[in-house]
Parts: sequence; structure tokens; C-alpha cells
Amino acid sequence: MPLGVFIFLAALAVTSALGTVLQRNPVHCLLALVVTLLAIAVMFIGLGAVTVGFLQVIVYAGAIMVLFLFVIWLLNLQAELRTSPGYLALKALAGLLCAALVAELFTLLWHAPTAGGAQAAAPPGYGSIEKIATMLFSDYLISFEVTSVLLLAAIVGAMALARRAPAPQHASPQAAAADGPARPEGA
Amino acid sequence: MQSWIDSLIAAGDFGKNPPRDLVYALFIFGLSAVVFLGVAFPFAGIVSWVERRVWARIQSRVGPNRVGPNGSLQWLADGLKHVFKEDIIPDEADARLFKLAPYVVVLGFVLPWAVMPFSSALILADLNVGILYFTAITALTVVGVLMAGWASDNKWSLIGGIRSAAQIVSYEIPAGMSIFPVVLITGTLSMQGIIRAQAWEPYHWFLFSNPFCFVAAIVLYMSALAEGNRTPFDLPEAESELVAGFATEYSGMRYLLFFFAEWGNMFIAGALITTLYLGGWQAPRLSSSPVVMNVLELLSFNVKVLFLVFTSMWVRATLPRVRIDQMMSLCWKFFVPVAFINLIGTALWVAIWPGGNPVAGYVMFALGLAIAVLFIRRVMYYLKRSRMEMYLHPTI
Repeated sequence: MPLGVFIFLAALAVTSALGTVLQRNPVHCLLALVVTLLAIAVMFIGLGAVTVGFLQVIVYAGAIMVLFLFVIWLLNLQAELRTSPGYLALKALAGLLCAALVAELFTLLWHAPTAGGAQAAAPPGYGSIEKIATMLFSDYLISFEVTSVLLLAAIVGAMALARRAPAPQHASPQAAAADGPARPEGA
Repeated sequence: MQSWIDSLIAAGDFGKNPPRDLVYALFIFGLSAVVFLGVAFPFAGIVSWVERRVWARIQSRVGPNRVGPNGSLQWLADGLKHVFKEDIIPDEADARLFKLAPYVVVLGFVLPWAVMPFSSALILADLNVGILYFTAITALTVVGVLMAGWASDNKWSLIGGIRSAAQIVSYEIPAGMSIFPVVLITGTLSMQGIIRAQAWEPYHWFLFSNPFCFVAAIVLYMSALAEGNRTPFDLPEAESELVAGFATEYSGMRYLLFFFAEWGNMFIAGALITTLYLGGWQAPRLSSSPVVMNVLELLSFNVKVLFLVFTSMWVRATLPRVRIDQMMSLCWKFFVPVAFINLIGTALWVAIWPGGNPVAGYVMFALGLAIAVLFIRRVMYYLKRSRMEMYLHPTI
């Protein structure tokens, strides 16, 4: 990837990441997050990991839509805009954790092999879907299966939460009609 | 393409030692401009006119026939009208997002043309993950629709946007699951690779390669209708309940851009199905000249895609709109399980016959032909009992 393209994408990603954190309107934050993730996806593609790049777009863009819906449904946008939440202790904790993360990152960068600034040559087939699939189903099989079990547990949990309790036996159709269109929840 | 530009650079057409990346960029921008202005946008416009004519015929009306011969310039007149209309932005709207949203939607219509396999040579970029690219773009489009719905600050727009998001997130699953049977058979995600694995004879298309693929193609077609907001699944802009859905507050050219994207997406969905299941550009080898062959392939691809576009108009003119809960349960209780069965069935099929089963191809093709003949007989039966003069004079 040419250096200029990398700098542009990195600047875009960092700026929009800052926008995600600093903007007041949750919907604007979310759209800034979309730009960050897209910039990172393009970086993946530029580095030869084409499959990972497009998967990033598919998975995160899909997730973002769901987040979008949560923001609209669950947050009271006007109240969110007016008030500035306090939580001083939480802010201090968040700052501390951020500092720890940055310190960790810099330690890693300090020890990273630079090889005189030259990039290591990519092995043939690098980033191709065959390579990823082979790795996923041989070297990383256990973590792959564990992730599947985790997702399965999430699905079962969601179904258990969303399942309506059966309507009480004594509720006659007339009573249900009197309640209006909404079905009696739980009882 | 790249080698041709390299030869031009070597011949000194761009001066001595031109910056190589800059010349490539110039060509990419130039070519994209030609494709979008010369192919994509006029296509979307002309489709809007054709669609109105087709609906009219199916509903025993005449349709637009005043501007130009048979009304064929109607789309230009409509476009001009929209350019001159006032562009209104509501006071309460989030102006930045409101202005940006149509462009995001149009982006989702413009980007897939980069991997559109028109013929064996005519393709901008034969990505080795071409199909993933298609899916990724669909996922992005809906962000634009949701932005439009939310930024308008209007309850109908918001409901339209949310419906669109729910619809696309849901129907992406059966659509994706219906793409993978073909990937299982070919072992590649590249558009050209998938087309090369088929042949021009219909019984070598993946549509007829096994029973699961046949069902998967139908599921993909219906999911594509839903993802493209087409009737019977056009809930996000259901006029009878939501005014115009996410586009309620839009006017002028911005309003038109949404519908540009919708008409253009018909071609894109058709191209995806043609590539995966209908043999893409494969054409009989009638000539040894590559130019003639490419023209034949271009014809073959476009005839198939335009047929699919026509069927989607046909469906739109015939079927009533479903209810939102019917649509969601259709997806989750019917399409998703069927798509999974298709995927597993194709995997078993490939495990048993790794090279494909040619006999199954002939049998499936014969079955498909029988269905088509029965269908055509049904249509003829109704045609004989209708106002024939409307159908026999297509240029009223």
C-alpha cells in the first residue's frame, strides 16, 4: 500500500474514531464509527487481506445497522443531547484504562520487529479465502468451535428472553378483546 | 486492462516517465465516468419508463406515450423536471445527514458496476472475492436509507428507514446462504471464475445442476426483490401507510436519486443471479474472433439480466404488497430454513459427486422446461380471454 494512501486512511480512521467519542448526538457517533470501520476495511484490502477486508464491511456494517436501531429505539436522543452526565469516578476510571491501553500499545510498538522499515514479503496466497479457511479449520479449530458454541448460547438466550409466556388459561377471548389489540404479557 | 495502459505508457503517450499511479487513476476515473454516465444512469432512467409501460400493459392501461416515440423520452422529461424543482430541507431535519443520505444510497448502486462481468473481457475488476464485494455493498446501502429516515425528523420517514433496515438485515441471511451453494460447487468467489465453471447450454447452468440449487436460485431471487425494496416487499416506502416512507421529506433531485438507485438495483440483482445461476455471459462459440465472441457474450449476459428485470416488473404489477409481519415471518420461518437445507444438501451433493452429476443436469433442465411450458400455456389461456388488442399493439 502506498504511504500516502495509508496516511490518508489512518488520518480518516483516527479522526472519525475521535468523532465517535466526542460528538454529542449518538446517531452522529454511530456514523463516525461506520467511517472508522470502513477506513480500516480499506486498509485491510490495501495490505492484501482482501477477504478479511470485505468480511469486515459485511459483518460490521450489518452490526452497525442493528446498533443504529438500538440508538433510535432505546436512547432518548433529546435528553441525551441536553444533559451532560456526571459520573466523575467513571470518567476517571475510563481515563486510567485508556492510558493503560496506550501504554501497552507503545510498548508493543517499541518491541516490534521493524526489519529496517521494509515489509516482509507476503507468502503466496496470502489473504486468500483458501488460506483463511485452512487456518480456521486446522490451527484455530478449537477457538473457532468455541466461538460457534458462544454464538449458539447467545441465540438460545435470545430465544429464551423473547419467548412469550403462554397466555393464562382463565383469560377468556372477551377479556383479551377488552384489553385491546395488545396481547396480555405474562400476567 | 493494466497491460494495455502499461503499453501506452511505454509508447510515450503520456510524456517521459509519467507517474504510473496517476495515469492508472486517470484511466480508472475516466472509465468509471463513462460507465456511470453512459450506462448506469441512462439504464436506470430508461428502466423507469419501461417499467411504467409494462405495468400499464399488465393492468390494461396505456401508460406514458406522449413524450417522444411511444413515450420513450419520458424519463428525460421526468429527470429534467426534478432538476428544476426546489430542494427543500425541513427546518427540524439534521441538514448534514439529510443531504448526505441520497449519495450513500446511490453509492450502493454505483459500486457493484466495478465487478459486473459483462463478457469474458469486459469487466472492470475481476476481484477474487467478487461475490463478497456484492454482499458488502448491499450491507452499506441500508445505512443511507436509515440515515435518510432518521435525519428527516418525520415519523413516517423513521418507520420507513427502520423497516428497511429490519428487512435488509433479515433477507441478507437467505440471500447469502443462497450464494454459497454455487461457491461450494466452484470453490471460488470470483465472478469470472463462477461463470467459467458453467457453459452456454442451459443444462450446464448451476440453476439446473442439482435440485437444491434450483430452490436456492428462487430464494435468492425473492430475497433480492426484498433487499431492493421491490413490491411485494416495498414496505419501507409503502404509499398507503407511510406516505413515501424514508423519502417522504425529500424533493427534487435528491428524491429522484433514491429511485435511481432502486431501478439500477434491479439490474444489479439480475446480474448477480445471472452470474451465479444462469451461466453469466457464456455464449455458443460461433466465431473464432475475440471481438465477435465478446459481443455475443455481452448480448447473452444482457438478455438474461433484462429478462430478470422484466420479471421483477411483472411481479410488481401483479402481486399486492404483503404486511410487514408476514414479510418477516416469511423470511425467518421459511426462507432461512430452506436456505440452510439448500446449503447442506449442496454440500452433500458435492461430497457424493465432486465433479457434478451431468444426468441430474438434463433431468432438472427437462423439469424446468416442463414448468415453463405449463406456465406459458396458462398465460396463453388468459391472454385469449382478455382484451387482445392491448397486447397485439405494443405501440399504442
